[in-house]
Amino acid sequence: MNSSLFLSQLLNGLQLGVLLFLLSSGLTLIFGIMNFINLAHGSLYMVGAFIGAATYNASGSFIFAIAAAIISSGLVGLLLEHVVAKPLYRHDHLYQVLATFGLMMFFNELAIVIFGNRPYYAAIPSALDGAVTLFGTQYPIYRILIIAVGVLVALGAWYLIQKTRFGMLIRAGASNSPMVSVLGVNIDLLKKLLFMLGAGLAGLAGALAGPILSVQSGMGEPVLILALVVIVVGGIGSIRGALVAAMVIAVIDTLGRAYIPQLLGSFMKPATANAVGPALASMLIYVLMALVLAFKPNGILAPAKR
Amino acid sequence: MNRVKLGAWLIPVLFLLLACVPFVAQAIGEPFYITFFARVLVYALAACALNLVLGFAGLVSFGHAMFIGLGCYAVGILTYYGFSDGWLQLGVAVAVCALVALVVGSVCLRTSGIGFIMITLAFAQMFYFLMVSMTTFGGDDGLNINEPSNFGLFELSGSSEVYWAAWVVLLAATVFMARLKKSPFGMVLRATHINPRRVNAFGYSVFRVQLAAYVISGVLTGVAGVLLANLTAFASPSYMSWPVSGDLIVMLVIGGLGTIVGPIIGAVAFLVMEEFFKGLTQHWMLIMGPVIVVIALLTRNGFGWLTRQREVQSAQTRAPVAGEVPAKAAAVPAGEAQ
Amino acid sequence: MSLIGLSTQNLVKRFGGLRATDGVSLEIRPGELHAIIGPNGAGKTTLINLLTGELRSDEGSIKIGGEEVSGTPVQHRVGMGLLRSYQITSIFDAFTVIENVCLAAMRKRGVRWAVWKPMSAYADVMEKARAIIEQCHLGEVADTVVSNLAYGQRRQLEVAMALAADPKILLLDEPMAGMSAAEGAAAIELLRSLKGRYTILLIEHDMNAVFSLADRISVLVYGKIVATGSIEEIRNHPEVRRAYLGDDADA
Repeated sequence: MNSSLFLSQLLNGLQLGVLLFLLSSGLTLIFGIMNFINLAHGSLYMVGAFIGAATYNASGSFIFAIAAAIISSGLVGLLLEHVVAKPLYRHDHLYQVLATFGLMMFFNELAIVIFGNRPYYAAIPSALDGAVTLFGTQYPIYRILIIAVGVLVALGAWYLIQKTRFGMLIRAGASNSPMVSVLGVNIDLLKKLLFMLGAGLAGLAGALAGPILSVQSGMGEPVLILALVVIVVGGIGSIRGALVAAMVIAVIDTLGRAYIPQLLGSFMKPATANAVGPALASMLIYVLMALVLAFKPNGILAPAKR
Repeated sequence: MNRVKLGAWLIPVLFLLLACVPFVAQAIGEPFYITFFARVLVYALAACALNLVLGFAGLVSFGHAMFIGLGCYAVGILTYYGFSDGWLQLGVAVAVCALVALVVGSVCLRTSGIGFIMITLAFAQMFYFLMVSMTTFGGDDGLNINEPSNFGLFELSGSSEVYWAAWVVLLAATVFMARLKKSPFGMVLRATHINPRRVNAFGYSVFRVQLAAYVISGVLTGVAGVLLANLTAFASPSYMSWPVSGDLIVMLVIGGLGTIVGPIIGAVAFLVMEEFFKGLTQHWMLIMGPVIVVIALLTRNGFGWLTRQREVQSAQTRAPVAGEVPAKAAAVPAGEAQ
Repeated sequence: MSLIGLSTQNLVKRFGGLRATDGVSLEIRPGELHAIIGPNGAGKTTLINLLTGELRSDEGSIKIGGEEVSGTPVQHRVGMGLLRSYQITSIFDAFTVIENVCLAAMRKRGVRWAVWKPMSAYADVMEKARAIIEQCHLGEVADTVVSNLAYGQRRQLEVAMALAADPKILLLDEPMAGMSAAEGAAAIELLRSLKGRYTILLIEHDMNAVFSLADRISVLVYGKIVATGSIEEIRNHPEVRRAYLGDDADA
């Protein structure tokens, strides 16, 4: 096993983990506090990716592009909350699933209408385009940036949740939602802000992911589903759980894809290994999820709920 | 009293109407309609199967398309290796779907309502990616099925044959569901959605009853997949993608959750609507998406009294009764929906 | 049908630092109607949840008919004939009265793969269900959907379902909660008719009911049993008066 290759794969895993964390933290808060399933979260990620890429292509400023992505996803999220989510909070999850499913369909088609069917080109900003030597391997600066952003967001989330009034209200809402509104807090505004926060994070993830994954219609769903796995494994409503689960799942997935085919190749014919390897690798995290749930049906770090 | 009478003739009338379709299509010289309605019947069958878990037990399975795919690929893969015996293919499809449903169901049914939705979706995606990565069988491009399923006395070689096979299976399934709904098993199953805690308190196992329903549902959906494979002579991962799972749910909601003819009416309504939008524009999903959102917003009280019961339930377990500590603190049965 | 008893020894349940059930030792003799009274917050519903198995005890033993059952699941205890009714009505709103009762009545035979014959075709089950419905004065509303019933009728159904499930021991959690005087009187008569045929543990606030029905009474205060005895003994027990009936006597 080549150690420098292993290191880059590990870093790739961490970077994927960050993207997953950005996506799933918003999702888990929205599920955990508002009991709302938002399948359109992947679309918010996509919005961030497209707006981020388009803004960068137009302006040449990466910072501006990221800001635009976050703001536009946040606004779309706000609109979504008001028109679709709010009427459905107290209703069966089925209708939430249905409505956000319709939204997924709509946004995917909208992306095709505006940007066409082909992947949209998103460039790595030239300032960040390069590699740095880490422990003997060359690793792209951009990907390190993503990891750094992840750490910052995690710290920021911790600060927000533990040290601010907003965070306190979120934690209160998580354990007893009706009680919080009885206390005179504008629960409606709180929910809107929370939704926007989740949407903004998704948009940020999309904008960051754009240059390294492909920006196209439907890009949100594979990541969304991974994020769902993360949340379920980490425990719905728990940001800490989302962080841990995102990292673990991303690293296992990345390393699995990198090494399972090789591993199989050592005792199988190369043709079989090539056929079976990727298949097994792609199934790995789901098997993992099933195993975790077999022992801990509410996730590994499920917060104490009402 | 009148409701019983209405229901009694609705099923025969519906199936009589459906039986007329091939003849009418021939008469007006538009065989396309046979293919189209064969597809409707196949999806109606899948929706009927989904109704068992979603309509009766309230379990929102967002991964039922997985079973359609398993059924399709059972036919596709066996044909690829030269086995076009219909009974063999059907047997394999049933066995595989039953096994998968047993495993997936056992995992999914242990989690809360939201968790169930997400995990069924996740497992469906797993199978989707599995088939995409199996390049031997076409991967993303799909697999051509060169031989129709041969059932000895007949072959599913054309749209008409599939139409009639689907018609028969759908009729049997519909009658079965009608009987099951009023049977003890069906009553307990429906009760698990209304008040799972009480069901467990009577000594029934919510988990086992729901799992049994999930397996039956998965197998029946797999049969729909077998028919679909013969209709299109094609097996593709797209048959098991999440939009298909979503479409099945929309069909059920349109037709009426938990009703007996709902799946059929819903399948007809949905697919006709889809055809209509497809005719209007290439970007028909731009219309269909919002339409689905509107349907969800309009029908949200569909589970009306059931939701109220659940709110009462959670109020009972959540709110302390005059100072007493809530009894929910520890051992709440895993089957209770959140 | 042979009657069996229910007993606990030093039953303890903790919620964090709170001992909701603090060393409860109870003995309910076969066929007796044993009432439990106590102020709000005493832990009565917690106790029932421990007895049924819906809550797991931290310490102590529970015996049904002499057999140790602590740690066993709800279904096992139900299988031994331990049935309960709920303080907050917990029935199947979407079904009719008879459907509700039939569901309970099918408990013993289970449903297995009964997927074809409609429930109404099981003559023995239907007969038993109708008998119980009559007994509980619900005959007129047998085919009414439960969500349309009056509150008192729903409470009656709550008890009817426990009865229909072939119990040997009945745990009734405030069956008369919220009933009007007339409804309460009818409920007392119903419970009186059950005396001696089942072993009954009755949790009630309605003193009228308790004093006219109970063979023995236990008093639960802050998770502890402070007194057990006959109606007379409890009425005159100084600690009981202080903790519970004292306020009423002064008023």
